[in-house]
Amino acid sequence: MTRKIFSLISVLLVAALFLTACGAAAAAEPAAEAPAAEEAEAPAEAPAEKVTVTWWHISTKDPALSDWQKMADDYMAAHPNVNIEITVLENEAFKTKLTTVMQSGEVPDIFQSWGGGTLKEQIDAGLLKDITADLDADGGAWRDTFAPGALAVFSADGKNYGVPWDMGMVGWWYNKDLFAQAGITKTPTTWTEFLEDVQLLKDAGITPISLGEGDTWTGMHIWSYLATRIGGEAAFTAAADRSGSFADPAFVQAGVELKKLIDMKPFQDGFLGANHDEMQATFGNGKAAMELSGQWAPSVQRANAADGVGVANLGMFNFPAVEGGAGDVTDVIGGGNGFAIGKDAEPEAVDFVKYLTSKENQTIIAASGTGIPVVKGAEAGLTDPNLLLVQQSFAAANYFQLYYDQLLPSAMGGIINDSVQKLFAGTATPEEVAAEIEAGAKEQF
Amino acid sequence: MQFFPVAQSREPQKNEADFPRKLKDRLVIVLFLLPALVLFITFVIYPIFRSIYFSTFNWKGFGPAVDYVGLDNYRKILTDTVFLKAIKNVLIIITLSLGLQLPLALILAVMVGRDLPGRSVFRTIFFLPYVLSEVNTAIMWMLLYNADPERGFLNAIMTLLGLQPVAWLADMNIVIYAIFFTLTWKYFGFHMLLYLTGLQNIPKEIEEAARIDGANAVQNFFRITLPLLSSTLKTSVYMSILGSIQQFIIVWVMTRGGPVNASETMATYMYRYGFVRFQLGYGSAVAIIMFLFCMIFSLLYQALTRKPDYLTGL
Repeated sequence: MTRKIFSLISVLLVAALFLTACGAAAAAEPAAEAPAAEEAEAPAEAPAEKVTVTWWHISTKDPALSDWQKMADDYMAAHPNVNIEITVLENEAFKTKLTTVMQSGEVPDIFQSWGGGTLKEQIDAGLLKDITADLDADGGAWRDTFAPGALAVFSADGKNYGVPWDMGMVGWWYNKDLFAQAGITKTPTTWTEFLEDVQLLKDAGITPISLGEGDTWTGMHIWSYLATRIGGEAAFTAAADRSGSFADPAFVQAGVELKKLIDMKPFQDGFLGANHDEMQATFGNGKAAMELSGQWAPSVQRANAADGVGVANLGMFNFPAVEGGAGDVTDVIGGGNGFAIGKDAEPEAVDFVKYLTSKENQTIIAASGTGIPVVKGAEAGLTDPNLLLVQQSFAAANYFQLYYDQLLPSAMGGIINDSVQKLFAGTATPEEVAAEIEAGAKEQF
Repeated sequence: MQFFPVAQSREPQKNEADFPRKLKDRLVIVLFLLPALVLFITFVIYPIFRSIYFSTFNWKGFGPAVDYVGLDNYRKILTDTVFLKAIKNVLIIITLSLGLQLPLALILAVMVGRDLPGRSVFRTIFFLPYVLSEVNTAIMWMLLYNADPERGFLNAIMTLLGLQPVAWLADMNIVIYAIFFTLTWKYFGFHMLLYLTGLQNIPKEIEEAARIDGANAVQNFFRITLPLLSSTLKTSVYMSILGSIQQFIIVWVMTRGGPVNASETMATYMYRYGFVRFQLGYGSAVAIIMFLFCMIFSLLYQALTRKPDYLTGL
């Protein structure tokens, strides 16, 4: 026994030594790099002071990965005094790491942001840079290039702290062949028509809707769309600024209407445990007629479909209007990606972001299908007919509602997602769900 | 109980300095321990105290923690029905592990420990799942459990047999058992290996002597093998229970603790609050509670299982 313990301790010690070695090596690396970089550019004798811009993004795959790198390289070639350090992180790792560095007050100069509640928290903690003046310079030359709704996602109290580079929306994607098979000739424009079509699909033996409620946010979008159609912009604004409440009639009614749909059992078997990929797979394999999803849907469907092709005849329609509701059928719920500017960013960082969101670079982003451009004129680069569909719906919207779970602080988003899931599982009534969300809001705001 | 028997045999050689021998030995020990100790303090002890500090704040992770709430987080956690559900689920997993998973591992260990033809092949096969990473395991089982009979292997078999397909991970009453099955598949090989090592340490002579005295196979197993295996069993049970308390990766990847918290464990609950909702103060409090659970269990277990080890006489 003694010998066992002793050998165990030796193993642990050796392991610990390895760890120390790794730690030391990792720590030494950046230190070794820095002087090398300085040396390299000393002979260049650049008149301007050397500036390093740090940029964190989450595009881990091509074409976006190479596109971003090329844009940075081109910019550095044109501005020899600027050195852009790119850190590419996977989505979840990015969020965790960003939180960690923000704790110490060290913020990257440019980083991926979805705007909304998280951005607001960062602003309140004084971690972001106000770039309103940059946008307004030269009579608002930079500001005017953006679609106003998209730009507003990265602002608070009339000040801008970032800019968008992609903005899309959620809508009902549908399989035209399956609709025809069920005898549906036109897409529904009202909630009643929608429920009728669901019944028609069921009667034809087709699963009407694919849903991945294991990932909670997928079903929350149906609920939030209903709330937007019923209560309009006013209901949500009131609930969010606390002059109203999430237990207001609009939100309860949204639950009631959603329950009507759920009670028809329109989802595929096991939808409660399915994740987002499985939802896209079910739809992409032609096993369900509809799904509520965003601009990413066509490509994710393809990626998850068994044949790698997805639905041949794909269409999209706006979330139908609810009779008597305050919201308009053209109002959209969506969101997208942007660049937030860290508090210590040099003017060069802002200038680089200006370059990244130039019409030319936005056209590249559009052409490669990486995103739906937010700069006027760049949509000409869109070649994917499905993305064009989204872009047109988006452009026609009078009111743009950012995703609830992004607009609100992350804790609130989590509470809404988890509460609405109970409706789908049948473990809570619409009133209870609304009350639970309101209770969470009372605590969070 | 001599750690450095070699040092003693060299005693006759005269010490170069007038350094007291014992002190020098101790110095060497301390020096060897130092790197590990520094790491341990930096990455284990310090974070624990840091977590205790944060757990008394309502803190979202941006900037310093300022909103002091005292023990409020703890009060909320311990009265939250979801957390109680998580504890219940952990207890289910522990009970099933001790009742099914470990006996299965023991039976297999006894079987492949014998001189059977091809036993090394079986040993490798049984141990294979443990080598697989947790995430791989979880994704593989998600595919096997898929509710669609055209894509899910288990449901394909069920339909072949004329049974109704089951939505394994979507049914709130089934999901925790489906996850337990995956856990068993993943970890039984590890416990089997522990038992195999234990079995090898049992001297053949004792079993032979028992057989000569007329003990049959069953008596031999219960009277000789099992008691002599007790220290291994202790370790195995200990690791199984601690692992169950901390179970996270497989559950999170497969179900995210859902549907509607049906498969929530303490660790997924902590992650949900800490890194999904970013209520890091609350999440820290959950972590501290988990830490206390583990520590109290460890101390109690140590105290309760201090029975004689038949083989070494300790």
